[in-house]
Amino acid sequence: MSQLAQTPQQREPARTIFQKGAPGRRAFVCPALDVPAVDPGELLPARFRRTEPPRLPEVSEPEIVRHYVGLSKRNFDLDSGFYPLGSCTMKHNPRLHERVAALPGHARLHPLQDPASAQGALELMWRLQNALAEVSGLPHVSLQPSAGSHGELAGVLLTRAYHEDRGERRHKVLAPDTSHGTNPATVTMAGFELVKLATNADGGVDLDDLRAKADEDVACLMLTNPNTLGLFDPNISEIAEIVHRVGATLYYDGANLNAVMGLSRPGDMGFDIVHFNLHKSFTQPHGGGGPGSGPIAVSDRVAPYLPVPVVVRRTRTGTTPSGAHASEDGAYDLDYERPKSIGRLRGFHGNYGCFVRSYAYICSLGGDGLRDASETAVLNANYLLARLREHGVAEYLPLAYGELCMHEFVLSGGPMKRELGLKTLDLAKRLLDFGFHPPTVYFPLLVDEALMVEPTETETKETLDAFAEAIAAILKEAAEDPQIAQGAPYSTPVRRLDEVAAAKRPVIREVLA
Amino acid sequence: MLAAIGVSSLQEVFERQIPEGVRLGRSLELPDGLGEQDVYEHLRELAARNTSVEDELSFLGAGMYDHYVPALIDMLTERSEFLTPYTPYQPEISQGGLQVMFEYQTAISELTALPVSNASVYEGPSAVAAAAYLAKLHNGRRRLVVSAGLHPHSIQTLRTNAHGYGMEVVEVPLTTGSAGGAQGVTDPDAWAQAIDEDTSAAIFAQPNFYGAVEDAAALSAAAKAGGEPVVICQVDPITLGILAPPGECGVDVAVGEGQSLGNRLDFGGPSFGLFAAREEYLRRIPGRIAGETVDVDGRRGFVLTLQTREQHIRREKATSNICTAQALNALAGVVYLSWLGRRGIVELGELLLARTHYARERLTALEGVEALHEQPVIRELAVRVDADVAAVRRRCIEQGVNPGVDLHALSARPEDEGGLLVAITERRSRADIDRLAEVLGAAVAAERGTAERGAQAPEPGADAPERGADAPERGAAVAI
Repeated sequence: MSQLAQTPQQREPARTIFQKGAPGRRAFVCPALDVPAVDPGELLPARFRRTEPPRLPEVSEPEIVRHYVGLSKRNFDLDSGFYPLGSCTMKHNPRLHERVAALPGHARLHPLQDPASAQGALELMWRLQNALAEVSGLPHVSLQPSAGSHGELAGVLLTRAYHEDRGERRHKVLAPDTSHGTNPATVTMAGFELVKLATNADGGVDLDDLRAKADEDVACLMLTNPNTLGLFDPNISEIAEIVHRVGATLYYDGANLNAVMGLSRPGDMGFDIVHFNLHKSFTQPHGGGGPGSGPIAVSDRVAPYLPVPVVVRRTRTGTTPSGAHASEDGAYDLDYERPKSIGRLRGFHGNYGCFVRSYAYICSLGGDGLRDASETAVLNANYLLARLREHGVAEYLPLAYGELCMHEFVLSGGPMKRELGLKTLDLAKRLLDFGFHPPTVYFPLLVDEALMVEPTETETKETLDAFAEAIAAILKEAAEDPQIAQGAPYSTPVRRLDEVAAAKRPVIREVLA
Repeated sequence: MLAAIGVSSLQEVFERQIPEGVRLGRSLELPDGLGEQDVYEHLRELAARNTSVEDELSFLGAGMYDHYVPALIDMLTERSEFLTPYTPYQPEISQGGLQVMFEYQTAISELTALPVSNASVYEGPSAVAAAAYLAKLHNGRRRLVVSAGLHPHSIQTLRTNAHGYGMEVVEVPLTTGSAGGAQGVTDPDAWAQAIDEDTSAAIFAQPNFYGAVEDAAALSAAAKAGGEPVVICQVDPITLGILAPPGECGVDVAVGEGQSLGNRLDFGGPSFGLFAAREEYLRRIPGRIAGETVDVDGRRGFVLTLQTREQHIRREKATSNICTAQALNALAGVVYLSWLGRRGIVELGELLLARTHYARERLTALEGVEALHEQPVIRELAVRVDADVAAVRRRCIEQGVNPGVDLHALSARPEDEGGLLVAITERRSRADIDRLAEVLGAAVAAERGTAERGAQAPEPGADAPERGADAPERGAAVAI
């Protein structure tokens, strides 16, 4: 590309904070030593001591601010533009949530504060548990898991505990070939063997394959519904029956819950365990890759094994068997007296800062508002899908399965690749020049050149139209000159990066002088 | 929009897809939605019923600490460009986030003196479990030998996970002093005895749960001599300005809770877990890793790399199921380390060391208060009070001073009865420590007086022990 056409960001070479500053420069002013000076070597003998200070940056506060603000401008973000990343539910993050989460009573509350002095926090958690139970149709909730993948691990460990408590040793877990990668990875981490289920011609679970594989060795079936093709499995009740008949549990991957809030509930479909992604359906900001939060809800038969502690409300009639924790009527408490619990999954009580934001979201929307959110998410997805059937797009990017979709849909870029010489990756990179974040690409694996689009409910019709028009424009451009998209992007701070070289000779830290 | 879709109503979209038997057909039983102002008032009212570290003089620690968080961290973490993106799957428009990860990895490598760091994991205790899983993948052995000096939450988390992947957890006790009390460090003989050829990992904490500085080099060397397990050390990164880093003590994998680096308390999360290792473990470590490369024009750039370890590529053969890092919390961490700087982290460490030593002198000079151990301490110390510790704490809290964590309530270990774990951050001045000594001394004296007069024991309250299902018996190494 011509040097003349470079943007200011492209001209500026990337320099890390370690390459800035100068010896002696600093931002931090240490509080004065106000206790009697004692020989430091006496307090911490030399054999325990570090000999050379860590080579951290030596920079002033203005340099730090300018450096990180500069870096922020090299990021695309949800507040700047459309982000239809399938399976990730990039809905608007209301700023109210940041304000309430930052209140000192929430943000500066120590996790080991006595429950009597943390009643507001425990009540918030208790109310959030109840709301998630109602949304999922499963009555018992643990907020502890740190993310969706952590919730999955909790769920499979719960399944293990459930079977072991009944004296059964089952070693297989079923998951469809369309499942999120976390499902099979979790199965292995929890000590089970994965058995893959085939997908039928309609994009759902192949019932014959399920019947053949569901036997007494199966501990659990992990399922996403609607699945990663954006399709609600019409055979869900039959699937549940087959799984339950062999004594296995049914696990709901809640990544796609945004399609069905207030419309259909995993518990009513026959699921025993569900994880929520508070950072998807309940609008905890994604933070550029965390933090997340992955609470789980379970049925009665799985409840005894939930992680400790669980937030409870103590009443005189007694909601728990514990006498040791008896406190005044209606007080909230942390319950550790759960002898069959799988134990802890992490320190303290979970990602409370995320609970505050998601609880605020639920308060804002209410029950009907959550249903409206899911309805609008499905409406937006179907409208965008319809728009992508016009404009001479559909012949290059056909819908992989079905006719309608739930909250997301999967297109195949196979014809585009064959007829225009454009890979899905090229389309994605060219979209960057149009100011859009591309959809999820190359997932699910069984769709050729997959493109997975999830617009969410917080986008306007105008935005959906603009995105459809951008896709059409790129395809039209490619029909004339495919090299333009093949060389994209052009306008971003850096252009296409050599990922193969990065993996072959990993450089994962700055080499310091 | 409906016309474009080709349906007459939105209802039709659902009726054609969701079988009638599993449609909800009623409203969710949740309160009606509220306007922004009303939601704010409700959340403010809930916050007002919590006693934060702004509301009392707090010496609570035991895993999370009230360190000062500079204002520029709030400003940077609230920027849309850091707050609202997803994981950087499209590197060309995510260079900011990817470079932050790269800088974070550099900072963690520097602090730990280990060449390889990932872009962070969930938090501290689950990072310990993740490191143990790495050991299992590395050597396929069955036993995990753990010092009782690890935080109880770390040990409990490890047990939960190890049961899943079929490993046995063996706990090594701390040394016992002449007076029968713990001396606060991992018993070197029991440690050496417990580690054998089938030991996959040997795990200890530095400083340990009781605030004591361990002889990390000796523990690592003993472990290596006893069958060469993967040596894992749980560190507190804020102490690494003055403490010998794990990489120089023979440690293979360092993990730890990152909250003390610029993250708020948030009632226990979100924060981040650090995870660093020797080079040979690079292709087995969990989570995201940012790597340097160039673009088609030769510009320096960053990408997520070594993704063949990860779940979205390797599925059931992945080294972990983790997908998210704690990117925003790790950003706070690296900004904090830049703010402290090369000299600041040493100065801060020396200040904490001096003040914590002063606090130990002051508190153990009180009648009825003795040190639980004599080891060097940096930011936290353990004492035993000769009175009902729950009642002593209540008396202090009534005076506006939260004197620290009831050790037995957290660990459920019999030898921790009467124990109090006191955290001294840079936010606690000499005057604050003097105030603690005054209030604690009075509370202990009052309780001992009460006990002598034979009054009734105080009723159990919110301080009842956190009874893990798994409180180990004290003695030789205990297999669970």
